[in-house]
Amino acid sequence: MVRKLAYWPIVAGVIFGVAAPVLAKFGNPGNMGMCAACFLRDISGALGFHGAAIVQYIRPEIIGLILGAFVSSFLFKEFKPRAGSAPLARFFLGVFAMIGALVFLGCPWRMFLRLSAGDWTALAGLGGLIVGILMGIYFFKKGFSLGRNRPAHPLVGYIMPLFGVVLLALLLWGMYGEATPVKFSTKGPGSMYAPLFISLGVGLLLGFVFQKSRFCTIAAVRDTVLLKETHILQGLVAFVLLAFITNMLLGQFHAGFEKQPIAHNDALWNFLGMVLSGLALTLVGGCPGRQLVLSGEGDSDAGVFIMGLLVGAGVAHNFALASSPAGIGANAPFMVFAGLIFCIILGVFAKERR
Amino acid sequence: METIDVRGLSCPSPVLEVKQAMDRGVKSLKVLADCGTATENVTRFARNANYSVDVKTFDDGTTEFTLQAQ
Repeated sequence: MVRKLAYWPIVAGVIFGVAAPVLAKFGNPGNMGMCAACFLRDISGALGFHGAAIVQYIRPEIIGLILGAFVSSFLFKEFKPRAGSAPLARFFLGVFAMIGALVFLGCPWRMFLRLSAGDWTALAGLGGLIVGILMGIYFFKKGFSLGRNRPAHPLVGYIMPLFGVVLLALLLWGMYGEATPVKFSTKGPGSMYAPLFISLGVGLLLGFVFQKSRFCTIAAVRDTVLLKETHILQGLVAFVLLAFITNMLLGQFHAGFEKQPIAHNDALWNFLGMVLSGLALTLVGGCPGRQLVLSGEGDSDAGVFIMGLLVGAGVAHNFALASSPAGIGANAPFMVFAGLIFCIILGVFAKERR
Repeated sequence: METIDVRGLSCPSPVLEVKQAMDRGVKSLKVLADCGTATENVTRFARNANYSVDVKTFDDGTTEFTLQAQ
């Protein structure tokens, strides 16, 4: 199936695989050098959308991803303002993708980073992700579609990059300003972060190469199964391999099921959380990181999905759905099933009208 | 010649529609796409499936592919 080496995805995977463990070395939380879900959750908290005091920080990596993709799409003439493909369905897919990710404790990116550092509790999550993607593929084969977007006014495409700039301003206000409404954790994962300009720089670089390469953990598996195409999978393999090597070199590889950083060992819910997340992400068309990149290149529906992730993080922490190293949240099982039902109904009935 | 308009569809629908047409035995088809990812995916998929790929780009950002089984 490997007909030809996928240059850009491998370049993206190599850079990402080195950069993420290095960010953890520079101060980001353990096995969380980069995590689209966790970092958006921290942003949600910093803006006061949830009150979990240990996970509040405006992550510069997220800002960098959006703006890096914006710059790249402009340079390669791929900035295309577009909108109007079932925005509210995408919003709630975002809410549930986040809830599933916070039951597992990480987006697909972090799941692979956890595995690359020897955290075997993520194996159940990997199984769940694959099952979720396979369910999504089944719906696509049966004709699932969220419908078409349409070209939109350039201003519509600038909203998410502008949102990134506003987040950067709020970050600087929170860091250096006075009487700030922005909340930053003083302990816990939210208080652990790499120096601002390193995080921002890495985010920009990754946003750039992810836009150019279309790097996406969902597409990696989906295209391999659906199309027998390993183009993006090659990038994912490069990412995991390089992350493993980098973790080894930095002394961050600790194999086992116990005492893994910001993880729990409840295999059933690691699995089911990722089934929900994997299904929601497949239906929406890509992993949270990929959606951040799309939102930077003018895809307003991807921006709506990101807003869904931010709100989903608020819901997850306000309603005791998010896990902690001690285990899952009290109301998580109910909400995971509710989310699965939402996704399955959407998967079965949402088809394009012709 | 069959025409498939995948403009505005998000991934993987564009390339999936092309694949499904090929699976039905369509030997020559025209595809209209409008985003870089879909354009790349359709080209790569068609070449791997042994179709020749002819590309025309229009001012409104639409790319028109003519795919022909070899």
